[in-house]
Formats: sequence, C-alpha cells, structure tokens
Amino acid sequence: MSVLLSGNQALARGAYESGVRVAFGYPGTPSTEILENLGQYGPAVYCEWSPNEKVALEAAVGASMAGARVIVTMKHVGLNVAADPLLTLAYIGVEGGLVLCVADDPGQHSSQTEQDTRQYARLAKVPLLEPSDSQEARDFMLAAMEISEKFRTPVIVRSTTRVSHSRSLVETGERRVPERAIAFQKDPSRHCPLPVWGRRMRQELEERQAAMAAAAAESPVNRCEMRSPQLGIITASITYQYVREVFPEASVLKLGWSFPFPDQLLRAFAQQVQELVVLEELDDFLEEHVRALGLKCRGRELFPPCGELSVAKLQAAKDRLEGRTAEPRAQSRLPVPELPARPPVFCPGCPHRGLFYGLTKFDVVVTGDIGCYSLAVFPPLNRTDVILCMGGGISMAHGLEKAGEKRKVVGVVGDSTFFHSGITGLLDIVYNRGTATIVVLDNRTTAMTGHQDHPGTGRTLQGEETIAASIEAIGRACGVRRVRTVNPYNLKEVHTALEEELAAAEPSLIISRAPCPLHERKPVGPRHRIDPQKCRRCRACLKLGCPAIENHQGEIRINPLLCAGCGTCAEVCKFQAIGPVGEEGK
Amino acid sequence: MNNITKTCSLIMVGVGGQGILLASEVSARAAQSCGLQVKTNEVHGMAQRGGSVTAQIRFGPEVHSPLVPEGTADALLALEAIEALRVQHFLRPDGLAVVSTQRVIPVTVSSGGATYPEPEPLLRRTFRRLAYIDALGEAEALGEARAANIVLLGGLARHLPLPLDAWEAALALCVKEKALACNIAAFRRGLALSEGI
Ligand code: SF4
Ligand code: SF4
Repeated sequence: MSVLLSGNQALARGAYESGVRVAFGYPGTPSTEILENLGQYGPAVYCEWSPNEKVALEAAVGASMAGARVIVTMKHVGLNVAADPLLTLAYIGVEGGLVLCVADDPGQHSSQTEQDTRQYARLAKVPLLEPSDSQEARDFMLAAMEISEKFRTPVIVRSTTRVSHSRSLVETGERRVPERAIAFQKDPSRHCPLPVWGRRMRQELEERQAAMAAAAAESPVNRCEMRSPQLGIITASITYQYVREVFPEASVLKLGWSFPFPDQLLRAFAQQVQELVVLEELDDFLEEHVRALGLKCRGRELFPPCGELSVAKLQAAKDRLEGRTAEPRAQSRLPVPELPARPPVFCPGCPHRGLFYGLTKFDVVVTGDIGCYSLAVFPPLNRTDVILCMGGGISMAHGLEKAGEKRKVVGVVGDSTFFHSGITGLLDIVYNRGTATIVVLDNRTTAMTGHQDHPGTGRTLQGEETIAASIEAIGRACGVRRVRTVNPYNLKEVHTALEEELAAAEPSLIISRAPCPLHERKPVGPRHRIDPQKCRRCRACLKLGCPAIENHQGEIRINPLLCAGCGTCAEVCKFQAIGPVGEEGK
Repeated sequence: MNNITKTCSLIMVGVGGQGILLASEVSARAAQSCGLQVKTNEVHGMAQRGGSVTAQIRFGPEVHSPLVPEGTADALLALEAIEALRVQHFLRPDGLAVVSTQRVIPVTVSSGGATYPEPEPLLRRTFRRLAYIDALGEAEALGEARAANIVLLGGLARHLPLPLDAWEAALALCVKEKALACNIAAFRRGLALSEGI
C-alpha cells in the first residue's frame, strides 16, 4: 500500500524498516521531523534529543560499537558540530550500521548558511546517498544501512529542504532487525585510533574508498535513464525532479550514491551521449569531479551559484544551452504595487519581547544566538547586534569585552542552545575574569524548530519524565556568583535586573523565564484592548512589535483574534489606555 | 476512476498559523484517493512565526517537481487578501484565485512606515477569475472561525477536476470527528459561493 509521506517521515520509516534500534539527534530545520517521526515507533526504536550534534554522534557510535543499527539526525550546520567525531569515526569504522541523516537548506529558508554537506562526505571519505523524493528517502535509508555494515563505514544520507518537506507516495515494507546479539566485542586495534593503529586505519580507509567507488558504479541506487543520446544530464537529489520536468527527452544519469564517485558509471554515461551537462544544487561537487576525469561537460555557467534550483532556473539553463537568450517565462500579468513585507516576528505574547524591549533602554552591544530570539534583530526592537552560531552569543560577548569594547556587552542564549554549547562559553567568561552579562531566554522548549524537549524541560523525546537540569545551578557551578531569574512579562523587574547586572564588575547570569505560549497552546492572560478615549496615539506600544497591536491609519487597536494577553503593552502605555477586556464593562 | 491527463497545480498562501497546512493536506488526500500521483511542499521553520506561508500541491498521472513552476498554477487559494498578490506570479493567466477578504496587518505596517493597500481593486486587476469570499464571516456564521480555510477550499474544489465526494472523504480523514459536520458545511458553503466564476 502506498502512503503519502514527507521526505522526513519516509527517512524515519526507512530507518524503522532497516531495524534501527536507537537514534539520536538535535533539532534543526529541515531535519527535525525525522527523529520526531521515528520516535513514534517506540518502544521498538529508542529515540532521544541529545544536547548537541557532537554528543548525538558520539552516543550513536557507542550504540554501533555494541552492534546495534543506529541513525543520527541534524541539519547541515549541525554536522559542523559533529565533524570531530565523524572524521575519526571514518577511520575506526562501525560495527552496527550507522547512518547520519543530514538535511541541507539550499535557499536558506531557515538557516544562517547554505553549506553543502556533500563536501563533508569527501572530507571524511564516507559514502553519500542523496534521495530525490520520499520513496527514495525510504529506500536509500535501507540501502545506506547495508552499505554501512558491508564496508564498516558511517554513511551520510543527505536530504534538502525540498526533499524533507515535500510529500509524495511511498511503498513501505516490513521491519527487519538483523539477527545478532547486542554485545560489545573488545578489539582495541580496531577501535582505538592511536597512531600505531591509526596509520593502518588510514590505509584501510583509502582501500575502502576504491572498493566503494566500484560498488557505487554497480549499485541500483545509481540509475542510468537512456533516452535521446543528444543530451546527457548528470544530476542528483531534488534537481533530478526538475530535470525530468524541463528536459523530458534527455538521457539522465541519476546519482543516488554520489560519493565515492562512481567513475566507471560517469565515464560510460559520458561516452553514450553527445553533449554532457551536470546540473546540481549548491557547490560544483559533481561537476568538478567529472572535469577532473577529463570529461568535457557544461554546468555551472548555466545557472547562478547561489540559492536553490527550480524549474524556472533550469528552463533558463536550457535556453542558454540551446543558444537562446533566457527569457523570463512567467511575468507578472500586472505590476502590483510594493506590498508591505511580512517578515517573521515574535508571536503575540512571546516572553522574549519583554526582555529585548528592556534591552532597548541600555547602550550595550548585544551578541545573539540562533532561535526565535534571532528575530530581535529586526525593527522595532532592533536589539541584537551580531549572530554567529548556537552558544556563540556568550563567547562573542567575552571576546568583545577582552578586545576593549567600551560599552558593556550582553550575550544572549536560549535554553536549548545554552545546553547545546553555551556552558563552555560561560566557563570561559568566569575563568578568564570577564564581566559580561549573559541572558538565557528560557522559554522551556526548543521553540523555533517546532517545540522539542531538551535537558531542562524534564521530559524526553519519547515523552518520559526525567530530571530537569537547572540553568541557575549550572551557572553557579561554573562560578557565576550573580545569578538571578526574572519574569520577562514584568518590564520593571527586567529593567532593574539589567541595570544592576550591567553595573556589576563581575559576570552575571540572568535567566528570563516564561514558557512559550505557542507551545503551551493557551493564552498568557486575559485578552487586552485599547480604550480609544484614553489612547493619545503616542505609539509607544507599537515599539513592542506585537503583531496583535495594529495601526489602522493612526488608530491603534488590538486584534482580539491575535492577542495572547501577556499584558506587556499595558505596562508600556503611560496613559493607562490598555487593559484586560472585561474591565470597565467592555 | 479519473480522466485527468495532465498535472494540476495548486498554490496556497496565508500567514503562519492560519491553517494552510490543513487545506493542503485535504487537497493531497482528495487527489490520492482518485489514484493519482501527488506531491506537495510546505514551508516549515522560521517563516511560521507570523510570516508568509505557502503550500504547493501537484497531482496528476505523473508528477516530478513537488514545486509549482511559476506561471503554471491552475488555482490559487489565499487566506489573507494581500498574500494572494504576493504569489500571483505562480498562477497561469486564466487560473482561478480564491481569496479571503480577511486582512492580517503586518508589523511593518503597524510600527513601520509601510502601508496596507486596499486589496479589492488590486485583486480584481490582477486576477481574471476571482472568488473574493468573506471566508471568516462565513465560517463564524457556522460557529467555527477556524473553518475559514475550508470555506475557501470549497470555492477551489468547484473548479478542480476531482469529484466532490473525494473532497468530502478527504475532509473526514483530516479533521477531528466532532468538527467534521461543521467543516463539511463550510466546504459546501464555499462551493456555493464560487459558482459561475
Ligand atoms: S514560538 Fe514561542 S518563543 Fe518563538 S516567537 Fe513564538 S512565542 Fe516566542
Ligand atoms: S497583551 Fe498586548 S503585547 Fe501582549 S499579546 Fe496582547 S496586544 Fe500583544
């Protein structure tokens, strides 16, 4: 029977069918739903959110050493965090099959960079599989497990936003668990990459590359579709779908197992076609290699190097290929006036709003972090000045201060990202006599990726109660003496805390704590309204950037459908014009 | 079972949280039940925080790209009036636009310098075939404001090549049982409102 599954659901299904026993990961769009879906196959499959991707992969290696099949999930930038264990794991190899599901984000829909994970496969010298739809996502996961165990190597299954978040029909199968005991077999010369054995492992890694390239050339995961010999296109991943749409008559070498490069296959295909074109999203990963093989081809010059590909971009490439000037095919029928932009914003009632509003009152540099609070960069709050990576807000604050920045520096981090990689930065500040003020925006969840649990929530991915880590206690254990918790809905409390901590000549940790109302699925308090008689139209409340507060040609109103009742706007209004609905008979 | 010979493409747009995903899910299920190939794409992540959200649905005997090529969508469904204009380039010239009169004022208008244009004249100029429906009002009249998306879906369904019972069966699969009667009523209301467009 076929079912309609997203790429991520299909990856989870494939993992389940392949007999995966354990799975680890850290949330990150577009990869998050892989583990969330796999978690539903509990108790057959154990799934957990690890504090970060490095820990996830290390834990997975442990599981593999015991002989279990295991997957690890993350987004492209997560692989940077897990790169250290990955590159060494390639030397050691695996016992139970180990697959990393890594989701790239061409077009940067929800990401800071457009990094191409395929480069990691080459760097780590591990096989790379790239599904182009949900059926392949399920099938390739099964294939990846086999490859992993056959060649004793970790395998990367690389998805992209469009593969992960598109849905298509999938034929599923039964779960098959390999019949072998879960038991670690001691063998230090195989499992410990000390130089004495590491050099041999290095040698084996190279030999394995050659064997895998030969296997890839034979594998059904790579597919040669011969149609007209005039034009041959080498492609992979979602681009294959666009190619089929734009070049229905062309022959296609559809790479599913693209690294180690299947050289025999590439050469054979090139020989059968008159003109060879490589079409791929992001880096010239395949094209460079095809050229290095001495095969003449076209590719990169046909479309822009940045952003995701599309049918329209391939149509333009086709025009260029056929010597026409590329014409825009879909023109707006009518010029539409500039529409007001609709950028993502803090939800109505978001607890982060009060804290960042508090920061607008101080002349400080704010180093930020990755999460919903990244939105504080935009007007009207405008209160984050630099963003690097998860946990980076804390360490950058320290560096700014040590460099001699005159203003006080505030480093911001989320609760989930504090556990991910914020603690070491905090240790740095304390140990090296910094004085930065660090704010943890603790909304009790990993909100941006769709509300996942983390070590501070007291609940696991599969819904079990557990010990909740205390950010306050961790701060104190790091040596921070000034640790305080504030209610971000109380603007006075926020202001006092910031004022006092910014004046302190030692590091401080402010935990701004209130649960995300979107996650709680209930309003923070009673809906609010603006009394038009009392409102002086000073626009002070608009500085909060709450989407519920609407400016109708000068008349400020609160949209009752949107208001979450946090009351922050009432605190900002100097004329007591804002209050809960129900008071004063209205 | 069906006489659909080419790919049919839909584009749906709204503001994060308005119920685009449900409308997309129902369409996909309806097409699937007719034995067609179906591909959809939905936006996740950052854009869901009050930003513009789109979903794309394609079905037919053989579908490759899950994304709708620009200028080829057969129909457009918009849960917010000016959001329809933002994705108008996806629609083919004679495509159908089913647009809600509901306005959600972006913060760039409330606290920034941007203005929210009067939608109706722009919509009438842009779309040759337009069903401009007070979906929220209709849904509220049925006692369930959240069914506005289904009112619009009804408006869309009238002009799509899938049988109506496939739509209603898909609705039954996608909404909770106690909300079904109301959603079916919303769907039929939308169907009636887009007659003759
Ligand atoms: S999801 Fe939660 S944390 Fe994120 S912006 Fe909305 S209310 Fe704030
Ligand atoms: S109480 Fe004010 S700030 Fe809070 S959600 Fe409602 S309108 Fe927005």
